[in-house]
Amino acid sequence: MTDVDHVRPVPDGAPEGVPSGGTASTLSDLLHRAGLGDEQAFAEFYDATSARAYGLALRVVRNPAHAEEVTQEAYLDAWRSSTRYDPRRGSAAGWLLTIVHRKAVDRIRSVEAAIARDETWNRETDPVEQDQTSEAAHASLEAARVRGAVATLTDVQRQAVELTYFGGYTHTEVATLLDVPLGTAKTRIRDGLIRLRDLMGVSS
Amino acid sequence: MSDMHQLTGAYALDALDELERARFEQHLAECEDCRAEVAELRETAALLADTVATPPPASLRDSVLAGISQVRPLAPEVPPATPATATTVQPATRRPWVPLLVAAALALIVGVGAAVTQPWADDVPPPTAAERVLRAPDAEEVFLDLGDAGRATVVRSKAENRAVIVTEDMVSAPEGKDYELWFQTPDEAMVPAGLMKDDPDQTVVLDGPAAEAIAVGITVEPDGGSREPTTPPIALFDLTEAT
Repeated sequence: MTDVDHVRPVPDGAPEGVPSGGTASTLSDLLHRAGLGDEQAFAEFYDATSARAYGLALRVVRNPAHAEEVTQEAYLDAWRSSTRYDPRRGSAAGWLLTIVHRKAVDRIRSVEAAIARDETWNRETDPVEQDQTSEAAHASLEAARVRGAVATLTDVQRQAVELTYFGGYTHTEVATLLDVPLGTAKTRIRDGLIRLRDLMGVSS
Repeated sequence: MSDMHQLTGAYALDALDELERARFEQHLAECEDCRAEVAELRETAALLADTVATPPPASLRDSVLAGISQVRPLAPEVPPATPATATTVQPATRRPWVPLLVAAALALIVGVGAAVTQPWADDVPPPTAAERVLRAPDAEEVFLDLGDAGRATVVRSKAENRAVIVTEDMVSAPEGKDYELWFQTPDEAMVPAGLMKDDPDQTVVLDGPAAEAIAVGITVEPDGGSREPTTPPIALFDLTEAT
């Protein structure tokens, strides 16, 4: 099996990997310095990642005010746990976005717990239509590459991955929404992600 | 490859419910293949954020920077100085993304096991609050099988005005979460009744009077618990059907 040391995708435009020029630092460097209490380093880390973090939060929770709260909480967590980040376990951007996603999902699930379940089901379930936030998405090469990879998924794989990652639904809910057995939903999610992983060269 | 292995994708996308997640995290602690795959799939999922990147309002930057200036980064994880028990710690092969709770839970179990040998030395101690409920002549109980997540029984004595929950093989609460107990009152309000420990087999006396309660619930809450449930219960013991 591969070693996570090899899991080092290059994020779009962010100065991860080889520093370009003399000034830019890698994201993991910045995070390391943040762990030593360097707020300026954390500000740079924020600047290099905040569009992705906020965009992801917004896509999942949809409400801009909630997305801001989620993003802020996630960065605060990232600051606090910057001392625990280990670059050998994965990229700094991936680490941050994992925190953001978890918080975004927690947010919508706890909000929904307060609402009658039946009402919740009635909100729109078509993930594709919501994808048009891309108007604001920065048209980086990396984003284009990711979109290209997503486009090669089968329709059912893409649907399952988008409903879970962007829709924040559990796999059980996805199975219900798509009217397929749970095992099928599980497989579509995993197969879709594995295909993306291979296409994007995330594994070694 | 176990069936659990199929859950790497859903786990990486935060698409498991709390119980499934807790169960899968226990599996992760033991399955290196799954850990590696989860790490890769999380990296992959994070790339999807590129496609929705949206510049946040400038005010957010100020809030974030103001926020961090008031908090110290956590102390780093320090490997134990000497391998006192020589069995567990191997920093070089530290697992990616694995919940620390599993280790913490194991430590707790070991600790508890070591502690219980002592009390037998003395005379029979007075019954604990839990024992009084469990032995009460009017004790009534509701058993729930939570499948892979374990089993739990709630015992209530109206005479003692207390209820106790006894768990067997219960999975740990997910990382960063606690199981919280609740009494459901006759008007269907949920009243907090304390947090459960991170221990698969435990006996907990619920906080608060139990005589009037119509049910006992367990929910998964952020660490430290909540004043009212933020998620639907993972288990609800209907005391009106207690036997």
